[in-house]
Amino acid sequence: MSLASTWRKTESRYRLIGIQCETCKGKYFPPRSICPICRRKGKISEFSFSGNGKVYSYTFITSASTGYEKQAPYIFAIIELKEGPKISAQITDAKPEEITIGTPVKMSLRKIKEDGAGGIIYYGYKFVVDNG
Amino acid sequence: MRQVAVVGVGLSKFGEIWNRSFRELIAEAGVMALNDCNLHGNEIEALFIGTMASGLLVGQEHIGALIADHMGLNPIPATRVEAACASGSLAFRQAYMAVASGLHDVVVAGGVEKMTDVNVNDASLALGAAGDADWELFNGATFPGLYALMARRYMHEFGATEEQFAAVAVKNHKNAVHNPYAQFQKEITLETVMKSKMVASPLKVFDCSPITDGAAVAVLMPIDKAKKFVDCPVEVIGSGQASDTIALHSRKSLTEITATRVAAKKAYEMAKLKPRDISLAEVHDCFTIAEILAIEDLGFFGRGRGAKATADGKTALNSEISINTSGGLKGKGHPVGATGVAQVVEATLQLQGKAGKRQVDEPKYALTHNVGGSGATALVHIFKKG
Repeated sequence: MSLASTWRKTESRYRLIGIQCETCKGKYFPPRSICPICRRKGKISEFSFSGNGKVYSYTFITSASTGYEKQAPYIFAIIELKEGPKISAQITDAKPEEITIGTPVKMSLRKIKEDGAGGIIYYGYKFVVDNG
Repeated sequence: MRQVAVVGVGLSKFGEIWNRSFRELIAEAGVMALNDCNLHGNEIEALFIGTMASGLLVGQEHIGALIADHMGLNPIPATRVEAACASGSLAFRQAYMAVASGLHDVVVAGGVEKMTDVNVNDASLALGAAGDADWELFNGATFPGLYALMARRYMHEFGATEEQFAAVAVKNHKNAVHNPYAQFQKEITLETVMKSKMVASPLKVFDCSPITDGAAVAVLMPIDKAKKFVDCPVEVIGSGQASDTIALHSRKSLTEITATRVAAKKAYEMAKLKPRDISLAEVHDCFTIAEILAIEDLGFFGRGRGAKATADGKTALNSEISINTSGGLKGKGHPVGATGVAQVVEATLQLQGKAGKRQVDEPKYALTHNVGGSGATALVHIFKKG
């Protein structure tokens, strides 16, 4: 992936910046160009998500795709953020048996993958168990 | 709109076909389809081809022109369409619309995928591209992983078990035994599924459809013309297509495919039929959980009841409703771009009474259901004997 395509997404991947529609108050992550409810009548502004949420569903991936083989096995989940939207992320620093639907989690900035020895290192959000 | 019939169908052998290339697979299916309806080839006015990931899998784009050339069909218009694993049904629907509209008389719909020229991890990466590359795959999603999230949630909401999911694979392998084109003409036991290697919990290898090479072709024409070529054309009486969010996480529910429900409603309304009228359905069982969701979303069983119904044998051949008589994606194989057209092939053979030992007793109506990605595209078609 090119440097520019990564750079464009860093705000969202590092700090969970999504959008809010000021017309209908709907919140979205990742950012959208248009509010899917209000469309042209929607007024979009940046919205910073807290990073707190709970596990909506999860799986323990043992067969990973190209580029992720070294990380396998890992926990992959859909997280329901406190503010409403759901997002996909890995859960790290936890054993599969510690995770269930409803487990509270919080965002943690981590290395996601790298393009070989001399390539880009990609960072982004993973989630860890939130012990309060 | 004109009434449209399927007059000829063809398949290549499905499986790991090392001695056949992308273009040879579609040629094999195409020749069989033309023989099936006694067409010379000069009658064909347009070609629609469904292929999901030829760029990543065989390094080839511009598939429409390639296939028209290889089949000796130049200079007819040849169009490649793509909607991930629903590409085949999408090609079929384009062909249907071209004939129904009156723009063309004889149109060919084909689907093809050559998946074994790359290693399994690269094939998995190509399939994963059906999801959201930036916000699912980047974070480590795999295709089985996305369906595993649905399976886990389904277990949570409805108390289903992994054994109930496994019953889908056992049934579909049993049906595939009698399909000479199937990748796996072999029965398996519940124990085989349960003891197979975990891929993405709770889904195991035998919950997943395989990596497959294959092609399928259907020939369409107006029904009033069809009887001149064949004795038993099969009429297309319903067609529905719908879209949903590209990422699974953006959906309200993980335990239904809303696009299926919308596409099915349109197809049923067009055909003036109810789910209980359908004799057999070829549904999109890319994973066992996908068949469970499909038979609920298509209205054959209530929400949360599909898993138990399957385990109780209600979807077996000639039971309450015959689901995936061909062996489905699990038993017959899943060359992604070909799958939607292959489903039409099975529906046609069944309604013509040509399905051999897997024949449904006196079927009236057949339905096909094809899903792209984790449910961002769905297509449903309904057929009857012409």
